[in-house]
Amino acid sequence: MRAYLEARPRPSRLAVWLAPLFAAVATIVVGFVVFSALGRNPFAALHAFFVEPIATRYGVAEWLLKASPLMLIGTGLALAYRANVWNIGAEGQLTLGAIAGGGVALAIGDAWPSFVLLPMMFIAGALAGMAWAAIPAWLRTRFNANEILTSLMLVYVASLLLSWLVHVPWRDPEGFNFPQSKMFDANAMLPILLPETRLNASFLIALAIVALAWLFVRRHVVGFEMRVAGLAPSAADYAGISLRRTVWFAMLAGGACAGLAGVGEAAGPIGQLLPSMSPGYGFAAIIVAFVGRLHPGGIALASLLLSLLYLGGESAQVHLGLPSAVTGLFEGTLLFFLLAADVLVNYRPRIARAAVAT
Amino acid sequence: MNEVAQIVVLTLAAGTPLVFAALGELVVEKSGVLNLGVEGMMLVGAVASFIVAARTHSPWLGVSAGALAAAALSLVFAVLALSLRANQVATGLALSLFGVGLSAFVGRPYMSVVIEGMKPLAIPGVSDLPGVGKLVFAHSPLVYASIALFVLVHLFLYRTRAGLVLRAVGESPQSAHAIGYDVIGIRYAAVLFGGACAGLGGAFLAVAYTPSWVEGMTAGRGWIALALVVFATWKPWRVMVGAYLFGSVTLAQFQAQAAGVEVSSQWLAMLPYVATIVVLAIISRDATMIRLNAPASLGRPWHPAG
Repeated sequence: MRAYLEARPRPSRLAVWLAPLFAAVATIVVGFVVFSALGRNPFAALHAFFVEPIATRYGVAEWLLKASPLMLIGTGLALAYRANVWNIGAEGQLTLGAIAGGGVALAIGDAWPSFVLLPMMFIAGALAGMAWAAIPAWLRTRFNANEILTSLMLVYVASLLLSWLVHVPWRDPEGFNFPQSKMFDANAMLPILLPETRLNASFLIALAIVALAWLFVRRHVVGFEMRVAGLAPSAADYAGISLRRTVWFAMLAGGACAGLAGVGEAAGPIGQLLPSMSPGYGFAAIIVAFVGRLHPGGIALASLLLSLLYLGGESAQVHLGLPSAVTGLFEGTLLFFLLAADVLVNYRPRIARAAVAT
Repeated sequence: MNEVAQIVVLTLAAGTPLVFAALGELVVEKSGVLNLGVEGMMLVGAVASFIVAARTHSPWLGVSAGALAAAALSLVFAVLALSLRANQVATGLALSLFGVGLSAFVGRPYMSVVIEGMKPLAIPGVSDLPGVGKLVFAHSPLVYASIALFVLVHLFLYRTRAGLVLRAVGESPQSAHAIGYDVIGIRYAAVLFGGACAGLGGAFLAVAYTPSWVEGMTAGRGWIALALVVFATWKPWRVMVGAYLFGSVTLAQFQAQAAGVEVSSQWLAMLPYVATIVVLAIISRDATMIRLNAPASLGRPWHPAG
């Protein structure tokens, strides 16, 4: 008797959507085991991790707040991944967005009214994110350089650039020598959606981008071309779809979304520039894109799941005394289980009884 | 002369983590598999080696633990990408993300722990010889190990039958399978070897180079190692050249500061990453050369029919 995989005649739609559910459940089971192994009551720990953070109105607002950048970036990345363009440098593009948006806020301050200043900040952030993403796009199309490595290297460069800015030229002279910029003026801050919470307008922007991406993927010819280029590069080539244009579009879309998310963080919960503007949203959004099946609707749901992992990590630190890095552990585990479950999309497990002695 | 010796010692040390990681990845890629999880495996190797070294007070046990832990992590990659046929790029990314998270989680209690790191080799009399003494006989034992690894990898790939089979699997898995070789088994072995090597690279950082544990202490060296394999056009000797070149670039910031250059440390710290991007672009520019040198089945999933 031997187990083997039999190719399905066509990919299973059911498996595509069941795989993320399986991965989420399996990750919770792993959490159960890990918490037990660490000597915590696993039920209490899972409660503290997944339920307590969102048991209050404030908690729900935080949940949506943290989901916003994940949703935004995940949507942009998914467009690229569909086209088989591997932008993994969204964290750097987010950083550049925060720098540009924050730079506008610091330079102009209360000289302009909010309804002019905020759009300017978002435009600057999106352009900066696109510019940062344009580097790997150019290196890929012009020099054939692998965009995975170049976009990732630029994450380190972006973070060092931000570090320099807040240490030297933009450092708040009244900031007790901390590496941070001045606080933004009130008119450079995003309006709060729910009173007494931190949930702000960036959530609406994220939803709008998701809706836009949904339309784009289904209705626009470039969206179609990008899907073809990802699924069947040689067919795309034969049909006259330009790989060059696909790469450019995929990278710029991801860069713009990440840049917007960077402004959302700077002008939202943070309100100034710090040496680090994101707890790894740019990387978590990669997982969001996969768990969301590269589909805008799925990504919106997946961003809620990953956002909950962030909140759970913070809660675990407070209530369980565990390092909040447990978030990263769960994120990775989730993606592992998803990749494992995805085998069932294209294959059926079979068990062959040894009919013939060999 | 003493200054020259000093620079040689520093450059070799700075390049050594890259030598380990890139040689390991080179063997993996020669078998036709692209494992982007090098950064994660290095971090797990670093944290495991540090914890074991701190607990047992033996750097050597620590280094072994680092290699084993990273190999164990690479096994996850192998199961997903080779047995369950998951996308290699996505699985490698997952491995890196998971390794970052895992190492940060288990390493947290060890953040400010001080250990006695691995001592450089000191042969009484010989290491103190003027000139050559320091130049040749005063490095960390792991530096010699990394050079030995280069010799072994080179001999294995180009002078042994097993190495020939491994390269054949990377060039044409279907032919290798048709002749009767166990393609998946060979690829498993290559991935585990690559994992152990990445672990050694991380362990060198944590128990010999720094020695300390800091979250994300590899600082992108795993990704630079991946770029080095391309830079080296999949040739071991060029990996060595590249690793020491990049090692000297990472040193440039300390050298410049010591020389009193008035540049913020952040700009100097960007150098290795910018250099990686530039070098990658220059090398990749010649698409034909890359295609001729890259293993033909690199990154393409293959599995026996049935």
